[in-house]
Amino acid sequence: MLNRTADNVARATPEPLARKVRGISDKGLAWLFISPTILLLLAINIFPLFWAIYLSFTNFRANRPNEVVKNLGFANYRRILGDQDIWIAMQTTAHFVFWTILLQTLIGFTLAWLIDRKFRGHAFWTTLILVPMMLSPAVVGNFWRFLYEPQIGLFSYVISFVSGIPPTSIQMLSNVSLAPWSIIIVDTWMWTPYVMLICLAGLRSIPEYIYEAAEVDRASNWRQFWSITLPMALPFIMLAVLFRGIENFKMFDMVNLLTGGGPGSTTEVASITLKRQAFESWRTGYSSAFAIILFVAVFGLANIYVKALNKVKQR
Amino acid sequence: MSLTTAHSVVAPSAGSKRIAGAIIIAYALISIVPLLWIFATSFKTPPDSIAYPPKIVFQPSIEGYCNLFTTRTRQTPEYINSLGPATGFCDETVRKRNMVIAGPSNFLPRFINSLIIAFGSTFCAVFLGTLSAYGFSRFKVPLADDLLFFILSTRFMPPIAVAIPIYLMYRELGLSDTALGMILLYTAVNVSLAVWLLKGFIDEIPREYEEAAMIDGYTRLQAFWRTVLPQATTGIAATAIFCLIFAWNEYAFAALLTSGTAQTAPPFIPTIIGEGGQDWPAVAAGTTIFLVPILVFTILLRKQLLRGITFGAVRK
Repeated sequence: MLNRTADNVARATPEPLARKVRGISDKGLAWLFISPTILLLLAINIFPLFWAIYLSFTNFRANRPNEVVKNLGFANYRRILGDQDIWIAMQTTAHFVFWTILLQTLIGFTLAWLIDRKFRGHAFWTTLILVPMMLSPAVVGNFWRFLYEPQIGLFSYVISFVSGIPPTSIQMLSNVSLAPWSIIIVDTWMWTPYVMLICLAGLRSIPEYIYEAAEVDRASNWRQFWSITLPMALPFIMLAVLFRGIENFKMFDMVNLLTGGGPGSTTEVASITLKRQAFESWRTGYSSAFAIILFVAVFGLANIYVKALNKVKQR
Repeated sequence: MSLTTAHSVVAPSAGSKRIAGAIIIAYALISIVPLLWIFATSFKTPPDSIAYPPKIVFQPSIEGYCNLFTTRTRQTPEYINSLGPATGFCDETVRKRNMVIAGPSNFLPRFINSLIIAFGSTFCAVFLGTLSAYGFSRFKVPLADDLLFFILSTRFMPPIAVAIPIYLMYRELGLSDTALGMILLYTAVNVSLAVWLLKGFIDEIPREYEEAAMIDGYTRLQAFWRTVLPQATTGIAATAIFCLIFAWNEYAFAALLTSGTAQTAPPFIPTIIGEGGQDWPAVAAGTTIFLVPILVFTILLRKQLLRGITFGAVRK
């Protein structure tokens, strides 16, 4: 009723006149509302990005602002692509991204699939599981350093209690082959709930009647899982992988606090290399070029991935 | 969502529910152990905290909290005896270790910085985000999709990569190591989340409300103020808490761009040192105090959680 009246009045009012009388035009208002955000992002994101692009072609060093800045052309980029250490850092990053995503997806999906059974009290336990992902990675990373201490830490104690290996030989953070895993374990502990939550939304979005139809066709539970549950939840799983992938590609806080990139450079992911180059060696131009390469890599990979995701969604 | 669970054909059997429940409860209990351990450690004495095997039963002490908030100096027992009666709980506790309180520690100022920067940037991000979200939701903005994607894409950049030019820019503008600089930076990071989330919430409010209000003689702005804002309150509150949690937990920018006066708690807590190494009970006490607000928010937010962590890409 109200709508119809509104429509009639609206039609009866000459539009431009109505707009003028009522103050600012809609178009003006739209820009008035949107421009502060855009301006802020231009100032804090885009301007610095262009500055970084400019610096990436120079030999500028932030700790020597008075030195003459030389234009190097693509020399920085060439050096990075030929730098052995950078490639090792990229490999370490890829290694972390692969294992954290694999573990988090497997465990997260399994947990979601179990919670979806709606046993008694599932809401409470789900909330409890979600707590780790709400914490500060830095604070958490710092505290896991304590848990990992070979002499006094709870983690080493429990592992040695279960396995019988003396706790002093469980050097999670200083053993070359264990250090990467110490980070993968904390990241998985912290972010599995995130994947679980998205998978749970995916499972809950599957309409019940599909299972009923499958039941009528006498499809086995196994068959139902592979032909209904997994494919229907796949776009959600892929979304979780996308978000975790981007975040873990940028991973910094946890690594910086747990191992600082060590021992040696076994856990030196791209962000840590970048920090060392930019804020310890002060090779600002060189590190800017690396930053641009990383940005292009994340942006490119994310775009390819989103295209794949959209294809899966359309099926 | 669960309207059809009553169909017995597909409902999980009681047995499978029980097994599922047992596994989930076991996982939840194991995953919460590190947090309980932090909490327990904050009430241990330094010797208890590094005892082997790790002490599960111990005499609770507030020494960690005392050490967190104070700096102390070691003195001779004679000097301490000459001081007269202890002036408080903490004074008494540290005197048992032959120390006297020299002054307050940096924890409180860093914690206050965290509060100022987190709340300040959240307010700005939600304010700007609400306006933009309304703009994108209700008006035909040219290139709207591209602008929205641009806003989202500002999150792809690794923080360290952005930190280099921001560091240089802030040095030029005198914003380095200031609360204002950090508020601006966190606002810029959070505004992308705020726009995406709030656009989802505002899209769900029927346009008819505003149209009706405008028929009644309100301007667009008044209609926005009187009809849309009150309806979007829940969404705005949820968005605010997500922004707050991000700003509260952020470490990379804080560690690289602040060194003293504007430093927040996340880079500070790991630097708490006692005599001969990290003072774990004090670190645990700082961590516990720092985590409490987040735990409260998690419980408040659990229904909105999914939307917030996926930029509204998934609705629950």
